[in-house]
Amino acid sequence: MLIENTIILSHRLLKGGYRLLTLKSKRIAPMVRPGQFVHLRLPSPADAVLRRPFSVFRAQAGRLAILYKTVGKGTQAMATLCAGDEINILGPLGQGFPNVRKDTLPLLVAGGYGMAALYLVAQRAPVKGIVFVGGAGADDILCADDFRRLDWDVRVATEDGSAGKKGLVTRILDAWLNKELHGRQPEFFACGPNGLLKAICKRVGRGGWDGWISMDRHMGCGLGACLACVQKVCKRDAAGRETWAWARVCTEGPVFACRDIVWD
Amino acid sequence: MNKPKPDLSVRIGGLVMQNPVMTASGTFGYGPEFARLMDLNRLGAIVVKGISLKPTQGNPTPRLVEVPGGLLNAIGLQNPGFDGFVRDYLPFLRHYRAPVIVNIWGHTINEYASIAERFNDLPGVHGLELNISCPNIKHGGIAFGTDPKMARRVITAVRARTRLPLITKLSPNVTVIAEFARIAEACGSDAVSLINSFPAMAIDIEARRPILANITGGLTGPAIHTIALKMVWETARAVKIPVIGMGGITSAREALAFIIAGASAVAVGTANFSEPLSTLAVIKGIEAYLVRHRLPSIRALVGTLETGAVIPKPRGPGRPCA
Repeated sequence: MLIENTIILSHRLLKGGYRLLTLKSKRIAPMVRPGQFVHLRLPSPADAVLRRPFSVFRAQAGRLAILYKTVGKGTQAMATLCAGDEINILGPLGQGFPNVRKDTLPLLVAGGYGMAALYLVAQRAPVKGIVFVGGAGADDILCADDFRRLDWDVRVATEDGSAGKKGLVTRILDAWLNKELHGRQPEFFACGPNGLLKAICKRVGRGGWDGWISMDRHMGCGLGACLACVQKVCKRDAAGRETWAWARVCTEGPVFACRDIVWD
Repeated sequence: MNKPKPDLSVRIGGLVMQNPVMTASGTFGYGPEFARLMDLNRLGAIVVKGISLKPTQGNPTPRLVEVPGGLLNAIGLQNPGFDGFVRDYLPFLRHYRAPVIVNIWGHTINEYASIAERFNDLPGVHGLELNISCPNIKHGGIAFGTDPKMARRVITAVRARTRLPLITKLSPNVTVIAEFARIAEACGSDAVSLINSFPAMAIDIEARRPILANITGGLTGPAIHTIALKMVWETARAVKIPVIGMGGITSAREALAFIIAGASAVAVGTANFSEPLSTLAVIKGIEAYLVRHRLPSIRALVGTLETGAVIPKPRGPGRPCA
């Protein structure tokens, strides 16, 4: 974990208000593992007292890319940054996804730009798998071609039917699991809205499979000190009874095993 | 010829610190969280997150929201309890030379006194900060810090049970903060630290719901600095014990303002979240200021505010502690 002043190499507007930010990062980029995140210090607004956490999309050869959507004042300020501008980053932070095993079929499930957090999983996997991605419309399906270039099978669902099958991503996933799993051992890697993550954990639990989800929470320091981004996880007390404890999404997460999450 | 470096050391009660810059409780975890990024030995003191007798789960989420110029939090003093702190964090902290100050709190006077006593003769703990001012717990906390009678009772009880230097952390949520500082002084506190966060809230107008699960929280950060500064100035004029100033320090500038207003030491809080190395930058900036102003020591700067007017000191000595 380091603090690094990086230079913006490019900052591209994609469809649907999404942006791709590429940074020159000699020190942090080579350390990033799939599912880890970086904490960005935005030069403005001047009164912002928190950094902003972003999953790493791509990390290679001294470059680090982030895919984001302008949703609040922080990302709006971020959108005005140009190539050549300096940006201070802290990272890599958190526990990422475990390595993909050779003896399983990796299934990546993403909602919207959650797909970005899964790219390194696919890129570094020893076997090819399937990506299920969903979004409100075609504009929310962002990096499908990046996965296809890795020879991964990409299945798309949109709520308005403007790309892929109409409906939620869980619908195409369920159809696939029913018809095409053929007794293979799947392992799930998911990133997206809470509803999707919960739905994946339900299926993983039912099937008795392994699954990993990347969680998104309001984050403060990113270092495990402020205890803002906590999530309930299973724990056994001294008497062996099942209870829960807080885990810090920034430190013990953002990736958790499906079986460990306590859903409220 | 090299000029001698200015002397940054300060003394808080029996506690000697190599420089006046501490961490504010709750913003620096228990130390290990920041140790991978910086050398903790460079700090004046490490003030750890509040500890209670038993482990505490804290509040539901969301616990934190950024607001203009500040941060609103309602963590609810989540902590591993005395045993958890001693088991999981104290062995780590003992590797460092920087003094460790443990922030303590409880729900009752008895709980405050009991936890204070347990830190006696515990190697690696150099002082206690008595938290009578947290706005985010339902019982105890701020109730002790806003009622003079309760403040007197809890400080007296803790003083009777601890041999460690005792710092009382004051709430800004009172009419005259200096009155509480005088109570702390009269009841045997070695220093006062101020201010804790301001009770505040934020609303999601689309959902018509509070943003924090706890509904209200405590406001910290740059937004509160100038209010804290006035309170530190008033307090430093009212007591003889050292005052530790905190609230919205992001650079040496705010730290120096506290010191000029009368603080003997300062604590950096919310700034640790955005710039984990803020404390080190503040230390460096203070040293550079002393060199630039040809001051031999930080102590020569404490309380040197020139107002150009004769301002009557706050009313006479506080009532004896009873």
